[in-house]
Amino acid sequence: MIDFNLNERFLRGDFENKAVREGFGEGLVEVARNNEKVVALTGDVGDSVGLGEFIKEFPERFVEVGIAEQNLVTIASGMASMGMIPFAAAYAAFSPGRCWEQIRTSICLNNMPVKIVGSHAGVNAGPDGAAHQILEDIALMRSLPNMIVVAPGDSVEAEKVAVACAKDSRPNYLRLARAPSPIFSSDNSPFEIGRAYVLREGSDVSICTTGTMTAQALLAAQILEKQGIFAEVVHCPTIKPLDSETILQSARKTGRVVTVEEHQIAGGFGSAVAELLSQNSPTLMKIIGINDRFGQSGAADELLDFYGLTAPKIANILASWL
Amino acid sequence: MMTIFKMTSGAIVSNLEHHASIHEINRHARNIRINIIKMLATAGSGHPAGALGLADIYAALFFDVLHYDLDNPKSPDRDILVISNGHTAPVFYASLAEIGAISEKELWTLRKFGSRLQGHPERNRLSWIENTSGPLGEGLSQAAGMTYALKYFDKNEQRKVYCTLGDGELDEGNIWEATMFASKNHLNNLIAIVDRNHIQLDGDTEDVMPLEPLDRKFESFGWQVLQINGNDPAEFIDACSLAHKNLDQPTVILAHTIPGKGVDFMEGDYHWHGKALNDDEIRSALSQLEAEKYD
Repeated sequence: MIDFNLNERFLRGDFENKAVREGFGEGLVEVARNNEKVVALTGDVGDSVGLGEFIKEFPERFVEVGIAEQNLVTIASGMASMGMIPFAAAYAAFSPGRCWEQIRTSICLNNMPVKIVGSHAGVNAGPDGAAHQILEDIALMRSLPNMIVVAPGDSVEAEKVAVACAKDSRPNYLRLARAPSPIFSSDNSPFEIGRAYVLREGSDVSICTTGTMTAQALLAAQILEKQGIFAEVVHCPTIKPLDSETILQSARKTGRVVTVEEHQIAGGFGSAVAELLSQNSPTLMKIIGINDRFGQSGAADELLDFYGLTAPKIANILASWL
Repeated sequence: MMTIFKMTSGAIVSNLEHHASIHEINRHARNIRINIIKMLATAGSGHPAGALGLADIYAALFFDVLHYDLDNPKSPDRDILVISNGHTAPVFYASLAEIGAISEKELWTLRKFGSRLQGHPERNRLSWIENTSGPLGEGLSQAAGMTYALKYFDKNEQRKVYCTLGDGELDEGNIWEATMFASKNHLNNLIAIVDRNHIQLDGDTEDVMPLEPLDRKFESFGWQVLQINGNDPAEFIDACSLAHKNLDQPTVILAHTIPGKGVDFMEGDYHWHGKALNDDEIRSALSQLEAEKYD
């Protein structure tokens, strides 16, 4: 098992909260300092998707496309074909939500290294309500050949994701959360596209998670431990390609797998894990996510709790299942 | 024949006395048309009308306008041809054969399993293809992205980006998003070529979803608009020269073409947008085209 170097403060229960999108923005600035081919585009949401610092430091490499997501991603495709590394950032409900077919044809079939950055994914987008809380984007993106799908677990990991994606020559989708969430990784934590990380070993059940749900899974594992249930937590920031070796190994060890995601159960991360397990090592599974319904307005914490995506709720589901 | 074309700004521009090569370009266009018919005959499906209508422009592009290196399709100083109307691919493939970039024999693999010549162009299949297309309305944005990268990131004002579009695909909102973007950013090296043949799958463009006044639409979006007879290579070449002189605006060439050009029973009939020819029709089309003599 790779030592993930979990954040000391998180382990002590002293949570530092920061939005994933902010970490991405910081990572992008770092990338741009080292690679002049990196450019950023947005559809009238530059600041709110974390591009604020990039725009200040690299105004000549920032392209404002206006409220036109179909144009956003196809312009980015054209730039990529001229050798640039474009990060096209918008709210995920709009891109990839609005422009799936453009991404399919002009980026995936065209095989252009465009980085689709979808912020405000999940119910944590909060007060804006269901219209802005996309819960279907993983399904949209992971079904596309050539596309890599990454959902960073926290802001620190998001910085590393930005760096890794800029080096990756394939189309990438970066799924980012709007609301601040606990930082569980540290500067020394590894991140590699296609790798999953066992953050905590256990023998009774494997909790495979993606995005900010990993922090909740770690906390749920602590709750379960007090009840004598030992959960292994497998953090899967890369949803496609899945790290099949790590997931299969954990599933074979514990014999039960629970997945947690802030996304529809249909077609999401849990589905991807189910596709893997059912064909290689059939394992009893439970998929925790949003069950065929839309979100609504509210505070991020309130909504995560309502939809059963907080540590106590996750722990309850597991305890009753086991 | 001396031709006149009118810019919507009102200026009348007479054609310059043309290069001797116009005669040659006409001959190439004829050969391209013959190969389009033969390709579609072999494939048994495809889109004949638009491809035939564009043959004169493609011949002019490949034998006069475009800068490219026959030995190196990815030559770093080449002009870029973005095909937004991917269904007209046969005219592009036939043009590649006409310049000798691919063999004529390869044309007969169109739409067949394993072919580099997919039904709609795929960039990863053939190095001469700059963009994957088929679903309509996406090429102009890609062309605009390329032109932006050339102008603002590479600081290169030499290379031009041409984008062929069908008129039917102007129904797509994505096109007008691209149009605004190109105008905002003064993408003067972007030249859109609209195949204004008035046909789309369901009928006349003005019945399906009226586009007129198309010139004024583009003008109001900040573009230079040039209207030409798109079946006259000389007018097309002159329009490209005019486009190159504009250092501020992108240019759209509204190329009025006859769909199915050169084959009497196809000319102007929208039913030929996406229909294959039967054996009798193939014989008739080829005999008409082969009767055109340029040698």
